[in-house]
Amino acid sequence: MSDITKQSLTELVENIKNKKLSSTDVTKAFIDRSEKSEQLNAYITNDFTSALDNAKKFDQKPNLDLKLPGIPMAVKDLFCTKNIKTTAGSKILNNFVPTYESTVTENIWNEGAILLGKLNCDEFAMGSSNETSFFGNVQSPIDKNLVPGGSSGGSASAVAGQLTPVTIGTDTGGSIRQPASFTGIVGLKPTYGSCSRYGIVAFASSLDQAGPMAQNVKDCALLHEVISSYDPKDSTSIDFKRNHYSKELTNNIKGKKIGIPKEYRVDGMPKEIEDLWQKGIQYIKDCGAETIDISLPNTSYALPTYYIVAPAEASSNLARYDGVKYGFRAKGENLIDMYEKTRSEGFGVEVQRRIMIGTYVLSSGYYDAYYLKAQKVRKLIKNDFDEAYKKVDAILTPSTPSSAFKIGEKTNDPVSMYLNDIFTVPVNLAGLPGISIPAGHDSKGYPLGLQIIGKAFDEQNILNIAYAMEEKINFKNKITDWWIK
Amino acid sequence: MSKKDSEYFINRKDNQYEVVIGLEVHAQVLSESKLFSTSATKFGAEPNTQVSLVDAAFPGMLPVINEFCVKQAIKTGIGLNAKINKRSVFDRKNYFYADLPQGYQISQFKDPIVGEGKVILDMPYGQKEVGIERLHLEQDAGKSIHDLDPQNTFVDLNRSGVALMEIVSKPDLRSPDEVNAYIKKLRSIMRYLGTCDGNMQEGSLRADVNVSVRPKGSKEFGTRCEIKNVNSIKFMQMAIEYEANRQVDLIEEGKTIDQETRLFDTKKNETRSMRSKEDAHDYRYFPDPDLLPLEVSEKFIEELRNDIPELPDDKKKRLIEEFKLSPYEANILVSDIDTAKYFEEVVAKMGKNKDIKLAVNWITGELFAVLNSKGLEISQSPVSAKNFAILINLIKNGTISGKIAKTVFELMIDGDKDPQKIVEEKGLKQQSDPKALEALIDKIINDNREKAIEYKQGKEKLFGFFVGQAMKASGGKANPQLINEILKKKL
Repeated sequence: MSDITKQSLTELVENIKNKKLSSTDVTKAFIDRSEKSEQLNAYITNDFTSALDNAKKFDQKPNLDLKLPGIPMAVKDLFCTKNIKTTAGSKILNNFVPTYESTVTENIWNEGAILLGKLNCDEFAMGSSNETSFFGNVQSPIDKNLVPGGSSGGSASAVAGQLTPVTIGTDTGGSIRQPASFTGIVGLKPTYGSCSRYGIVAFASSLDQAGPMAQNVKDCALLHEVISSYDPKDSTSIDFKRNHYSKELTNNIKGKKIGIPKEYRVDGMPKEIEDLWQKGIQYIKDCGAETIDISLPNTSYALPTYYIVAPAEASSNLARYDGVKYGFRAKGENLIDMYEKTRSEGFGVEVQRRIMIGTYVLSSGYYDAYYLKAQKVRKLIKNDFDEAYKKVDAILTPSTPSSAFKIGEKTNDPVSMYLNDIFTVPVNLAGLPGISIPAGHDSKGYPLGLQIIGKAFDEQNILNIAYAMEEKINFKNKITDWWIK
Repeated sequence: MSKKDSEYFINRKDNQYEVVIGLEVHAQVLSESKLFSTSATKFGAEPNTQVSLVDAAFPGMLPVINEFCVKQAIKTGIGLNAKINKRSVFDRKNYFYADLPQGYQISQFKDPIVGEGKVILDMPYGQKEVGIERLHLEQDAGKSIHDLDPQNTFVDLNRSGVALMEIVSKPDLRSPDEVNAYIKKLRSIMRYLGTCDGNMQEGSLRADVNVSVRPKGSKEFGTRCEIKNVNSIKFMQMAIEYEANRQVDLIEEGKTIDQETRLFDTKKNETRSMRSKEDAHDYRYFPDPDLLPLEVSEKFIEELRNDIPELPDDKKKRLIEEFKLSPYEANILVSDIDTAKYFEEVVAKMGKNKDIKLAVNWITGELFAVLNSKGLEISQSPVSAKNFAILINLIKNGTISGKIAKTVFELMIDGDKDPQKIVEEKGLKQQSDPKALEALIDKIINDNREKAIEYKQGKEKLFGFFVGQAMKASGGKANPQLINEILKKKL
């Protein structure tokens, strides 16, 4: 089968279970295509040799009861993988090989999947275009010199470009949903506490969540079912009853009430985004659900709030990269000199900017005005959602205020870069689940996404809505293989 | 409480100064594992052998609170008669140092687990109440070792993440003696509770000492200096004395005192400036987003409260009431939990017809002397409480005299021997047969007729001579009381 890499995860699982394909066939196909796709720069580290060995091993003694039997998968390089270099896209961890495995990836391997390699991302997941990676920017399969979004840019590029059947990313302010939207794929940010943060290089602890990225909603549901688990090793992990998300997936959303928040109609938003949103509302209605206009009055404060809370936590989380214990160390005259050189040579510009912002907002004399106030606003934003969910079951918004932009277009304008997250950030601040699904193309033929935001722990509901809409939208991603010679 | 106060003042030509002291005691929680990881906490282990990925702050590692340490902190709070906060918050205290792997210490800043409390000190001038401001849980840092190599500093992370309780007193202490009593009282309470072993040599108990001075009678506090990390009571006292005098000298010279952090140099016996208030770190405290606020229920606290053993103050009261001990004797017995345990075991083993006063005298006398000379703790006593009780009973029921008992006690030390057996084997049993003693005394009076007559004529001093002769003739075993009685009759 020459079109193995075009198959969805669900199809691949079925074909392996029916013995139409072996794990070796599938793994080879994705390795082949990955090797031909160097120009995308989606991988930081490949593990192809071991992947093939593991596939062969799987085929010798296949356990077909598993959920991901012999499925090869590359993952974002923010997940610590035992004995495989884990860089978080940073020079400071360029030589770091963990002796341990993150809970989320452990869950994946326990269901039979095989690691293909580690995918590129913005440095410490700080970025919206994958241009802050120490390992270079990632090309979007959609078009040459187009950003795939960020921070899970390598992940988005690898799924859209069919270098991996599905993948996992992390989402702190939109890092799964925005690149999913930019590359025409599906990306889910689960409820905070649904997926363990153990073994994920931390960016902003109170916002970080791992989540699945896939070609379609069903694949996304299946992968989410695998990665979501209660983990006592993460004190913020929540012990709630998790669904069999893929089995319980249904396109019957009749009678559901979907909120349309007026505050997401922001100034300067391109008309094609507004049109897409209207189309989305029509799809919802076509599915037999109802749309209701709602208000989330504090939405405009979400972005500034996020850019206080996230850098504050990051400034502290990244203090451990000091050259003392592991990772990159620069030579210094004394301890302080070593710290300064290690951190100024080891961290890139964007990371340093956020450490500076975070250090500033936590400083004595500024704490109350910035961090404390941001925490209060964060509560208000959450209250907005709580209020809305008294009337509606889910909320529909655009995923991003624009389609993908060109590499280098926004690198000198951090604020315009930060604006990319305007629709995704409130969801992280409120700890809610959100999913981005591809819903159309802009005039240039670039994908555009819609976001469905759910109640806490209500992933099943937004997956169902996404599943129903997906059918109506019938989105076809335009992948021309431009990068393959 | 006492009406009298400490009479400790710093005297200068025309002025007297009162010293005001507050302590921040760092007490290591007695726990097998660390505050946020499962690593061991044994003292003296090979460097870096008790370090988990969490303690060394590897990427993606997360802290998980050790419930046992939380219980220990709450128990300590109960022991300090303090308010237990049902909701407390762990904060990050951010600063860079080579032995602080996370780049921050997890501590409790705004919302500690234990609020205000108090302890009572027994001072020579009466009882004194010292207020407790708060108690919070925090992680210890690792250890930097600078003297193993001329070029490099070595880091040992065994201590990194070990649970500490920081117990902050109110500025209620007024003299080095009160500081001594306060530290000993805290240590005593925590040892009773089993929440801290109080071992200062191993660093389980250290303190930051805040010192200020003010003219006698003044109500305003002076500017304070904080002396960091003093690890013995003696050094605390020396540091306070030095620091108070330094501050008084400055005032006398018309200078002002700068609020600063100082170090105590134990070799030179002086405090030295470490950093001024302006150079103080900005620790950028904020709630640790890796940890949820710590919430404990009333039931959880009540269960711990029910588990609290009798503490020194209550035990002292009971010993005085139950056994008619003097406050002084009771104090000696209760201040150390192991002494109290030993005493109570002796009491239990003595049975019905017991002589508590005798037991107390023997514990504080003979037993303490032996322990002192051998450098042993009472928990390592060469004489078990059981055999000790038997010995006291032998004296009480007249089997042996107090003098013979001392000989028996010496023999017991080697191998915790049964005093009953020693008495039998060595034939040390007291002669209490009146007939035998009468015969013995008749003989002595006969042999010393002249002295007997002199006695009768009024030379009463000679009575002692006859007692001595009788004891000598019995090989020291004669019951001295009987000898007295018989002699009085016969002479």
